[in-house]
Amino acid sequence: MSKIILEAKDIEKSFHDPITIPILKKISFSINKGDFVSVIGKSGCGKSTLLYILSTMDTDYEGQLYIDQELMTGKKEKELARVRNEKIGFVFQFHYLLNEFSVLKNVMLPAIKLAKYSIQEIEHRAYEKLKILDIEKEALKKPNQLSGGQKQRVAIARALINDPFIIMGDEPTGNLDKKNSDIVFDIFTNLAETFKQTLLIVTHDNEFASKTQRIIEMSDGRILS
Amino acid sequence: MIKPLIIDIAKSLLLARWRQTLVAAVGVTFGITMFITLLGFMNGLNDLLDGLILNRTAHIRLFNEIKPSTIQPIDLALRNDIHFINSIKPNGHGQEIDNNLAIIASLKKDSRVMGVTPKVTAQVFYNVGKVDITGVINGIDVEAENKLFHFQEYVSHGNYIDLKNIPNSIILGKAAADKMLANIGDMIQVTSPNGERQTLKVVGFFQSGLQELDKVQSYASLATTQKILGKSNSFITDIGVKLFDISKAPAMAKEFLKIYETDAEDIQTANAQFETGSNVRSIISYAVGVTLLIVAGFGIYNILNMMIYEKMDSIAILKATGFSGQDVKRIFITIALSIGLFGGLLGLVFGFLTSLAVDQIPFNTAALPTIKTFPVNYNPKFYIIGITFSLITTYFAGWLPARKASQIDPVDIIRGK
Repeated sequence: MSKIILEAKDIEKSFHDPITIPILKKISFSINKGDFVSVIGKSGCGKSTLLYILSTMDTDYEGQLYIDQELMTGKKEKELARVRNEKIGFVFQFHYLLNEFSVLKNVMLPAIKLAKYSIQEIEHRAYEKLKILDIEKEALKKPNQLSGGQKQRVAIARALINDPFIIMGDEPTGNLDKKNSDIVFDIFTNLAETFKQTLLIVTHDNEFASKTQRIIEMSDGRILS
Repeated sequence: MIKPLIIDIAKSLLLARWRQTLVAAVGVTFGITMFITLLGFMNGLNDLLDGLILNRTAHIRLFNEIKPSTIQPIDLALRNDIHFINSIKPNGHGQEIDNNLAIIASLKKDSRVMGVTPKVTAQVFYNVGKVDITGVINGIDVEAENKLFHFQEYVSHGNYIDLKNIPNSIILGKAAADKMLANIGDMIQVTSPNGERQTLKVVGFFQSGLQELDKVQSYASLATTQKILGKSNSFITDIGVKLFDISKAPAMAKEFLKIYETDAEDIQTANAQFETGSNVRSIISYAVGVTLLIVAGFGIYNILNMMIYEKMDSIAILKATGFSGQDVKRIFITIALSIGLFGGLLGLVFGFLTSLAVDQIPFNTAALPTIKTFPVNYNPKFYIIGITFSLITTYFAGWLPARKASQIDPVDIIRGK
C-alpha cells in the first residue's frame, strides 16, 4: 500500500448566518501518493467547501485534517501558509496571475518565497516546468498578453514549481473551451502518470471526471462513493 | 531571500499605480518642504533675535549695586540690643569693583570662562549748544569687546577700531547722533557728573536694533571714559564674563557672588522673556509641519486602501501560494514607507532649496544694519527630524490598510469568482 498523502477525519462544517445550515457532514477519506482523484457533485453539494478545508485556507471546521501524516487542524496561520507554500499546488477556475510580473516571475514567486534554492536555480526550474507545459516560449511575456488556455497552463506551472505533494484544482477547466480543457486534462494525466503527481480536482464536468483514476461523488454534504 | 522578494512585489505594485503613488509622495514632499522651510526660517529668526540680546550681553555680569551696607557698624557693636537708625544711606564708595585686576586675572584662569571684558559706565550729558542730552558712555576694552560680543557688527558707520587708535574718540548711538546733528569726524562735548567737560571726536555710529538704547548709549575706550570720570586707570564698574556653556550661567553667577563679593547677574535671569519667545516660535513651526504631514498621511491611507481593493486577487493568490498575513502586511508597509522615504527625501531637497530662496529675499530694517536678507537656519537637526517624521506618519498611515490586507481571506475572493 502506498503512502497516505492527505487524510480527512470526520470533517464537519456549517454556515451560521443567518441560521445554522450544515454544509459538510462527517466526511472521512484519504488520498494516497500518486492518486489522480476527482470530486464531483451537484452545485452546492459542498465539494468546493471541502476542497478549501483540505487546502488549509479555510480553518473554520470541525474534525481533523492530516497532510503528509501531519495534523493541520489548529495550526497557526503562518505555519499553514508555509505548508501551502511547500506541499500544495493550486489551480483555480480563474488563473490569478499577477499582471505586474512576467510569466516566468509569476511561476517563480512561490519558490522565491520558499527560498529553498538560489534565484538562478529557481529560474532554471521555472523554465523546466514551463517546458513540461509547452509554454516556455511565452516566459518573458506579461500574463495579459496570453490566451486563456495559456494562462491556465502558466497557473499549473506555478502550482508545480515547489514540487508539491498534492495539486488541488477547483474547476480548473471551468473557464476553458473544449480544446483547452482537453489540453489541461492531458497535462494532468501526464503529470499523474509520468511524474506520479498526486492530484485532487473538483469539477462538475462528468466527462472529465470519468477519465480520472478515482472519483469521489458528493451529495448534500456527504460522500456517496 | 524573503526581504528582496517583498520589496520586489511592493515595487511592482507601486509602479503599477505610479500616478497615485506620485500624488501621495507629492503630499509628503510638500509637507516636509514646508516643515523644513518653516523651521529653518523660524529658527533663523530666533537666532537673530536671540543674537540681539544674547550675543551682546555678558553671560554673567559682575557689578556693584549702589545700596547701603547690609551690616551696619552698630550691628557689630550692639549685637543683642535693639537700635533705631533711620534713613541709612550708601556711602561714597560707589560702583567701583574693588580689587578688579585680581578678579579679572582669576576669571581668566577659570576653564569654563571663554573671556572677560572690563567696563566702565559713565552717566554724562551731551552738550548740544544750549541743550544738554542725558546719555551713558560705556568705556570698553575695544578688542576684547569685539571678540566676545561682536561689537563690530553693530557699528554701522565708521571703523570700530578707531575707538582704540584715536585718543579721546567716541562711537555714538545712531539715534543720539541724529539728535545732535553730529557727523563722523565732528567734535562733541560731554559733561561728566562731576561737572568736568571733555571734547571727544566722533569716529562712528552704532545701531543696536533697539532704538531706545541708541538714543542714550555710546561707546568710548576704557581710558577715555576713566578720564571723563576723573578716575584712575584701575577704576572698573562692570566685569562681563562670557562662558563656553551658557546654561551654566545661573549656577556660576551664584558662585561668583560668593567668591568676589560683588553683585552677579546671569543672562537667563536678566533676559527670561527672550527664551519664552523662541520656544513659542519653535512650537508653532513644529505644529504646522506636523499638521501638514498628518494631512499627507491621510492621502497615503486612501491610496493604499484603494490599492488593496484593486489588488484583492493578487493578495488572495499570494496568500494561497504560501505568503502569510504577515508577509502581505510587510508588503503594504513597505509601500507606505517607500512613499514616505522618497517623498520625504524630495521634501528635504525642496525644503533646502526653498530655504535658500528665502535666504535671498531682501530684508532691510533700520534696526538691524548687518542683516540684508531674511535669516535662515540650516541646522541638520531639522532635516533629521523631518525625515523621521515623514517615516513615522507614513508608517502609521500604512499600518491600517496593511492590516486589512493581511486579514483578507483568500477563500472569499477565490470562491467569489
